[in-house]
Amino acid sequence: MIQLDDVTLTFPDGASRVTAIDHVTLSVGRGIVAGVTGPSGSGKSSLLAVASTLITPDRGIVRIGGVDATALSFSERAQLRRESVGIIFQQANLLPALTAAEQLVVMGELGGGARGRRAAGIRALELLDAVGLADQAGKRPAQLSGGQRQRVNIARALMNEPTALVIDEPTSALDQERGASILDLILRLTGEHDTATILVTHDQRLLPMLDSVHNMVDGILSVSRATVTA
Amino acid sequence: MYVAWRDLRFARGRFVLIGTVVTLITLLVGFLSGLTAGLADQNISAITGLSADRIVFSAGPGDGALSYADSAVTLAEAEAWRERDGVERVSPIGISQLKLSSGDRSAAVALFGVGPGAAATGTDVPERAGHLVLSGTAARDLAVRPGDSVDLAGAAFVVDALSADTWYSHTPVVWVQLGDWQNVAAATGQSDPYATVLAVTGAGTDFAAADAATGTASAGVLPSLTALGAFRSEIGSLLLMVTMLFGISALVVGAFFTVWSIQRQPDVAILKALGASDRMLIRDALGQAALVLVAGVGLGITLTALLGTVAGTVLPFVLSPLTTLLPGAALIVLGLAGAGFALRTVTTTDPLTALGSNR
Repeated sequence: MIQLDDVTLTFPDGASRVTAIDHVTLSVGRGIVAGVTGPSGSGKSSLLAVASTLITPDRGIVRIGGVDATALSFSERAQLRRESVGIIFQQANLLPALTAAEQLVVMGELGGGARGRRAAGIRALELLDAVGLADQAGKRPAQLSGGQRQRVNIARALMNEPTALVIDEPTSALDQERGASILDLILRLTGEHDTATILVTHDQRLLPMLDSVHNMVDGILSVSRATVTA
Repeated sequence: MYVAWRDLRFARGRFVLIGTVVTLITLLVGFLSGLTAGLADQNISAITGLSADRIVFSAGPGDGALSYADSAVTLAEAEAWRERDGVERVSPIGISQLKLSSGDRSAAVALFGVGPGAAATGTDVPERAGHLVLSGTAARDLAVRPGDSVDLAGAAFVVDALSADTWYSHTPVVWVQLGDWQNVAAATGQSDPYATVLAVTGAGTDFAAADAATGTASAGVLPSLTALGAFRSEIGSLLLMVTMLFGISALVVGAFFTVWSIQRQPDVAILKALGASDRMLIRDALGQAALVLVAGVGLGITLTALLGTVAGTVLPFVLSPLTTLLPGAALIVLGLAGAGFALRTVTTTDPLTALGSNR
């Protein structure tokens, strides 16, 4: 579960400070995909940075799977991301030296250990299979198409079995057909892996497919469509 | 090291380039170290080969600086040293540099005159007057063998034996009896010569008190080498060059890894955003530097050994762990220190930048 409770984030702007997120409260349960939309500069990326623990807000609490991330040190937040948060970047952000399979296996190395590399390799191949790239495992990013790179990005985010997925404009660099296919994949994997997912998007066509939709304007988050629970 | 290994494989050209630079620097440092040791050996091996606790010089006329060239100890000074408590042995040694000739060949040599059976020299010395022991190099230069006759300052000497090469001030050493050296020194203009220095052994001796009492100045064998003007300036210049090379190598390797780390910043930001610990990133960066350094230095040492073996036949070159492994280890340590500076780029990279990056 991802919980943001009365979160405010400001940035320095010359002598004053500008408010990027203004008293935002958001709760996303497991298996749910919450969409966040809004105009450029509204604070969506800042919300994503806070939800993924990359930045600590000025006030408020961010909980990932019940853990208060705002009370953690920099290295403890890195550990929390490693173990509980999957980040799917807007661009695939793959490491050019690694093959598709290695992009996933490296997730097991981030703590500084090299435990279970064989098991990690097997899981990487399973996840690549799940995103339709089993036959591309040995290729480096430069040998993959944009859509394939984004699929590797998604598979990588799931590698450490996160409880939370934070997704930034996953279809922005893709054509409509590939974008729809990526969103289908995210929705399916969120259900299969039971993750709490926040998805930031500009693409209004995607919104009907999401479990809930929130609109962000000038740092203030409002609910456009609430989650319907059975 | 997971990412580091794959980076090395992926950016092979870049790492081969820096590895080659490290190899060339190692070769340069190794060669300079070997040459420094070789030149030093050709300057001082006759002195460092002496079995003595102290070398005693006559007190200099000027500022009291010791000098092999200017020292001239007297028989009275030698006797005074023999009478000091704790002194076990006093070996007078006469040193001159002159030409030795045989037929139409001649060679510059260092003439060392020692007392009969002088154990201090660590080499064979002639047992009879009018005989000499010749370094192999001088014998080759003069094309003489044991039993042949050579001319030394107008006097004929018989070659008793050939010895392993020992050197003094870049000239091969010729050993004669002290009396012969005194005759040769007198013939070449020195008035009433006894010896140049005394080689003294005596572990329990108060050398400072003995210096004061005898009016001489003594120094340990190694410190006494500064009394060789040519050695002091030569070794000083060469060691300065070696030190500067070490500094340059640290800067070159440090600069490479700094640039490399800056280029890797987007990758590091992604890894940090995904949860990489600083420990993993530092180990990766330093491990990568260590691999490049060990490979580059290893190849450099191998080349130094191969080329040094060849060079040693025509140059004063010493190939030893001191001139290969030690500089190699120092280069690795300095290189890692240089790479250590680049770590700041790794540890200060903001993972937040990964959100907006385009890769």
